[in-house]
Amino acid sequence: MSAVAPMRQVSTTVQLALTGKKRDLYGRVFQAGLLLSLLLSLAILIVLLGTALVDAWPVLSTRLVDFVTGNVSRLDSRAGVRQGIVGSLILIGFVAVVALPLGIAAAIYLQEYARDTRLNRLLITNIRNLAGVPSIVYGILGLVVFVQTLRGLTGPDNFGRSFISGGLTLAVLVLPIIVLITMEALRAVPKSIREAAYGVGATRWEVVRSHVLPYAAPGIFTGTILSLARAFGETAPLLLVGAVTGYLSSPTDRSPLEILQGAYTALPTQIFSWSRLAGEGWKANTAAAIIVLLVIILVVNMAAILLRNRYDRRW
Amino acid sequence: MATMTADQGLTIRGLRGSPRRRRKEGVIRGVLIAAAGISLVVSVGIVVALIGKAITFLTSVDLGQLWTEGWRPRSGQFDVPTILIGTIEVSLIAMVIATPLGLGAAMYLSEYANPKTRRRLKPILETLAGIPSVVLGYFALTVINPYVVQDLFRVTSTFTIMAAGIGVGILTIPLVASVAEDAMYAVPNALREGAYGIGARRHTVTTKVVFPAAVSGIVAALILGFSRALGETMVVAIAAGATGSATRHLNPFEPGQTMTGAISSLAIGSDSVKSASSGGVNPFDSLFFVGLFLFLLTLILNTISERFVRRVRRDY
Repeated sequence: MSAVAPMRQVSTTVQLALTGKKRDLYGRVFQAGLLLSLLLSLAILIVLLGTALVDAWPVLSTRLVDFVTGNVSRLDSRAGVRQGIVGSLILIGFVAVVALPLGIAAAIYLQEYARDTRLNRLLITNIRNLAGVPSIVYGILGLVVFVQTLRGLTGPDNFGRSFISGGLTLAVLVLPIIVLITMEALRAVPKSIREAAYGVGATRWEVVRSHVLPYAAPGIFTGTILSLARAFGETAPLLLVGAVTGYLSSPTDRSPLEILQGAYTALPTQIFSWSRLAGEGWKANTAAAIIVLLVIILVVNMAAILLRNRYDRRW
Repeated sequence: MATMTADQGLTIRGLRGSPRRRRKEGVIRGVLIAAAGISLVVSVGIVVALIGKAITFLTSVDLGQLWTEGWRPRSGQFDVPTILIGTIEVSLIAMVIATPLGLGAAMYLSEYANPKTRRRLKPILETLAGIPSVVLGYFALTVINPYVVQDLFRVTSTFTIMAAGIGVGILTIPLVASVAEDAMYAVPNALREGAYGIGARRHTVTTKVVFPAAVSGIVAALILGFSRALGETMVVAIAAGATGSATRHLNPFEPGQTMTGAISSLAIGSDSVKSASSGGVNPFDSLFFVGLFLFLLTLILNTISERFVRRVRRDY
């Protein structure tokens, strides 16, 4: 028993004298309440995963490989998610090709080039607002523009309901998010780095290209991965731009353009249409498809977040 | 700088740099401006597409059809109150769930958690934000409704507004928590230390100092959450029993229709036929009208919330 114990006793006595109470009961209850609300939010995640796993077990335990490699079927015992996974991947590829370069370029302009004029401020406010527009409204935009107006280009044989329409709609949906995330990452690079580069005679683009972008890259990278993962799980806009919710045949001998202009489905759309079917078999299929979707999204999200935490830099 | 040599001395031309380098600079600038302009095109596109089609619908419809009890597009009944009541009901239930849980989580993370815990717990909360809404819809239908709503409130309906509202609430928690946490974390330490200095306890500091200082950010978080809940589609489409038609009612323990649910069921349904029963109106076109309404509603809420956020930033 060294001096520590008496010291603690003294400080407790002092605290008692100061507070007039034996223990700060209210404070403890308050803290417990806060912790509880946090843990409850996290517990929901676990319950959700748990129930989906239990529901999906009949499928996952007996025909996991067939389920992942099988096509859409009218029979619940034969239905699989291959077309959904492939469809979602093609859509995401489309989003990446269209929205990433556009979004990053727009962000570079707004953050590094644009002066603080009224027009530019309006542009930024506008992008912020776009990021808050419900996804289903983007679906309506896609329906009007890509499915109805540009039918001849997006899918002449299919009423415009094609991979191209779906991909472009999702690209427009994530574009404002990518712009905002990239701007945030660029803003975090300190001014001194830019000034040093200007000081040795670099042009604006050279400053951005060789000094700002490399430092902002981890932030941009993580943010864009998260937004692509979000697009991967997006369902509502796809319902409007005609993702197939029922049976879909996929002929094998088609050129890449014909595939892109052809009918499509996506993993979340399949989940939606299966969730509306009756019977235990479909319930298990729905849950199994959810597990597949969640595994893909959670793995990608976790990887992105861990990556950010690793490269997170404080200036 | 190839054109400038040492014996020419310093010229204006030389200071400008090589033309090639400057041309490249100009081209890149143009490309970047074009990319930024596209975002403007997109928002103008949304508004034009929606307004044009919504006007087509409104001119073809008799205004009485927008105020006749019940949402039955196929019979020409496009009752705005029906879907508005459903939408607001779902969003309010969602906020009842998301407000205490989201703010509680935010307060704990910002004021109580030590840095290590914070670093571990925040990613999990962000993961929760990444769960697709279609998954929450299934969860609301198969877990929340039978085991929470039916058991707790002794109702029998398979589809209820209550279950959809709780599902949407769960989706909204991470958004509310992260925006509110940002606001509270941004409160300068000097304020906290001042309060501790005169003997305040931690919960007093949290509720009486940090909370008021961050209140505009917290309000912004709640408005943003509400706006997100208004626009949420899949949970409602799956768990609220949003079918082609609905009656006007206030009972949250019955199936109901929301604006987003109405849009999605019109989109996947086969109502795209102009018939005598719908009063000479193409039911499908009502989708654009509801979409415009939803767009304006969320736009107003987001703008208000942006104002509040800006107020927090200005303070410190």
